[in-house]
Amino acid sequence: MNYHWNWRIFWEPAPNGTGTYLDMLLSGLVLTIETAICAWILALVFGSIVGVLRTLPSRTASWVGFAWVEFFRNMPLLVQLFIWFFVLPEILPPSWGLWLKQMPNAPFYTAAIGIGFFMSARVAEQLRAGIGSLPRGQKLAATALGLTTAQTYRYVLLPMAFRIIMPPLTSEFLSTIKNTSVALTIGLIELTAEARAMQEFSFQVFEAFTAATVLYLLINIVVVMAMRFLERGLAIPGYITGK
Amino acid sequence: MKRKYIIGCALAATLCAGPALAEELTGTLKNIKETGAITIGYRDSSIPFSYLDDNQKPIGFAMDICYKIVDAVKKDLKLDKLEVKLNPVTSSTRIPLLANGTIDLECGSTTNNADRQKQISFTNTHFLTASRFVSKKSSKINSIDDLKGKSVVSTSGTTNIKQLTEANAARNLGINIIPAKDHAEAFLMVETDRAVAFVMDDILLAAFVAGSKDPDTYVISKDAFSKPEPCGIMLRKDDPAFKKVVDGATAALYQSADGQKLYDKWFMQNIPPKGLNLNAPISPVLKKAFAAPSDSPDPDSYKAM
Amino acid sequence: MFANFDFDVIRRSLGYLFFEGMTFTLTLTGLGALGGLIFGTLIALMRLSGLRLLGRIAGLYVDLMRSLPLVLVIFWFYFLVPYLGQWLTGSSRPVRVGAFTSSLVTFIMFEAAYFSEIMRAGIQSISKGQPAAANALGLTYGQTMRYVVLPQAFRNMLPVLLTQTIVLFQDTSLVYVLSIPDFLGAASKVAQRDGRLVEMYLFAAAVYFMISSAASFSVRRLQARISIVR
Repeated sequence: MNYHWNWRIFWEPAPNGTGTYLDMLLSGLVLTIETAICAWILALVFGSIVGVLRTLPSRTASWVGFAWVEFFRNMPLLVQLFIWFFVLPEILPPSWGLWLKQMPNAPFYTAAIGIGFFMSARVAEQLRAGIGSLPRGQKLAATALGLTTAQTYRYVLLPMAFRIIMPPLTSEFLSTIKNTSVALTIGLIELTAEARAMQEFSFQVFEAFTAATVLYLLINIVVVMAMRFLERGLAIPGYITGK
Repeated sequence: MKRKYIIGCALAATLCAGPALAEELTGTLKNIKETGAITIGYRDSSIPFSYLDDNQKPIGFAMDICYKIVDAVKKDLKLDKLEVKLNPVTSSTRIPLLANGTIDLECGSTTNNADRQKQISFTNTHFLTASRFVSKKSSKINSIDDLKGKSVVSTSGTTNIKQLTEANAARNLGINIIPAKDHAEAFLMVETDRAVAFVMDDILLAAFVAGSKDPDTYVISKDAFSKPEPCGIMLRKDDPAFKKVVDGATAALYQSADGQKLYDKWFMQNIPPKGLNLNAPISPVLKKAFAAPSDSPDPDSYKAM
Repeated sequence: MFANFDFDVIRRSLGYLFFEGMTFTLTLTGLGALGGLIFGTLIALMRLSGLRLLGRIAGLYVDLMRSLPLVLVIFWFYFLVPYLGQWLTGSSRPVRVGAFTSSLVTFIMFEAAYFSEIMRAGIQSISKGQPAAANALGLTYGQTMRYVVLPQAFRNMLPVLLTQTIVLFQDTSLVYVLSIPDFLGAASKVAQRDGRLVEMYLFAAAVYFMISSAASFSVRRLQARISIVR
């Protein structure tokens, strides 16, 4: 094989003066995690709202929810990021557009918002399935007790639904983390982008990508373990058969 | 003259019951003879070296040089026909794709330096450029220090972005460096005010400014990030037979009158697709490099007489 | 707001966009889904085979592919496939593969992990009576799988498989990171060459949206029609 291996490359100084190549990768890792968490919070908030909308008796609410989900699910994430990043500043009034473009960390905010909205559609679907899987009697009993719709959701339906959909939500969170890598196309220098940069500066292709792979696997393991912990903490006896 | 080259214990049997050649073919030449095809890596917006015209066909100064190399290879291998396959590359994929065998020659404006020569080889230099930056006149950026704290874009995988990164660290400028996938994308960022400056080889910058919607709004800096550095066509390392053919072809081209004519065609006359004329007469250092072709990575060895 | 936008650029580049970009995307999607399904079914069978080692290997593969971002996998395979080819064919130098072949290999390997999970769920959802009856009839493992289990599993999971294919269709846009000319890449090239980002990206978004919506709608109709009443 015509390739020169050099595993000590990680301890050699990177040209951007901030330390070694390993530091470069770790700073990318931090940015990945930050973006993923911000996006996930957005996804949870909007996804919950839309998920609830889709299960409401009102037809308009249902339609709004449906439109939201279809809109964000039928476009590739990459295309959505491009629209947020490249198209939005151009169609806004010039001064706003300029402010958007010159904003420091524009890729970070764009990525968090873009990925957040993309994942919110999926969270909404999960929540809808979760609420749908609850016995119909729950809602009926709540009405019989005199609770308003808002109270029904707040005290009866949502607490159960969220616990039920925790496992799929875990995998959606992992998806969010993986999707942050798409943001490298709009200039977010997260883990995959740093691995790429490392490959370009040092020419050690496989070392760079192996390191990125290992780091992603580590994130995965940590998140899965943390979520399992959380699930066990919140499990309802008799409902969730924990592992 | 026999050349023995120990590649590995697994040498696949030659596909063609080749005629008895005096030399044993090795490496790239062997592959070309067996497959009857040579693959050239081209760029899509390195005007005027290698770029796509209106019909999405790659053309340019470096492309023409590469076609001359292909002719020489064809003659050397005594082939009746040699298929030329074209493969798009970017600044960041060119070296890995050359190393993993996807392309045989990379025809663009790749800077020749000692670091890269650890991974691949270059043939004789066909141009020399320095890293400068282009910005809008309205940004009033006149020197590298004026970039302090601003957003500056460059293309990933280039020596230019590396020099920008190093200068940023050395001079403590706090520049927000944006990497772009290719030159067109980077220039578009300056055009749309997403970045205040684009750092790249000065000749490429001149081509972009000339071809833009409003050339007068841009200015190319006088400050340079480096001395004029040599650019060459890349080929795989440790392949002396192929390098000999390529070097021979390029040297013959540069030293003949055709070399000067080729230069004029791309730098002094109207070029497709928009018919712009770069009007860049051959510099004394390049004239010297053409007269005495060299693949040295050291910029100092190219100083004019 | 849309005053100085030039939507004519879309009309001018339609040929290039669809004949080169969209055919690339659709071919990649079709072949990727097919290859991923075949390979994925094999992996699912490995996991369910009862042989511990085989199951572990298959499980590790699926976990690995599902933990990595597709962008990273695309990079890996783009640079790795020629070396893999060299190792597989025992040749003396890395095998030359084009952008399409390397993308195809990437997507087949990546999607196989997802398809294998779907097929595994499908196979496990078949009642145990089926393979037991097949065994009683004297069918071998291979025959059982081929004539009894897999057809039923496939039919049960068809909507999910098709949904995953639609996801694959959208994921092919990620080859953009290597400047490979799929539909989005083609739109991008035109956008950057002519400076018409807004028009081209909006158009690309609209096309992806229309195709995906139409496909999801068809899948929903299909689901309604072939659902087996139990």
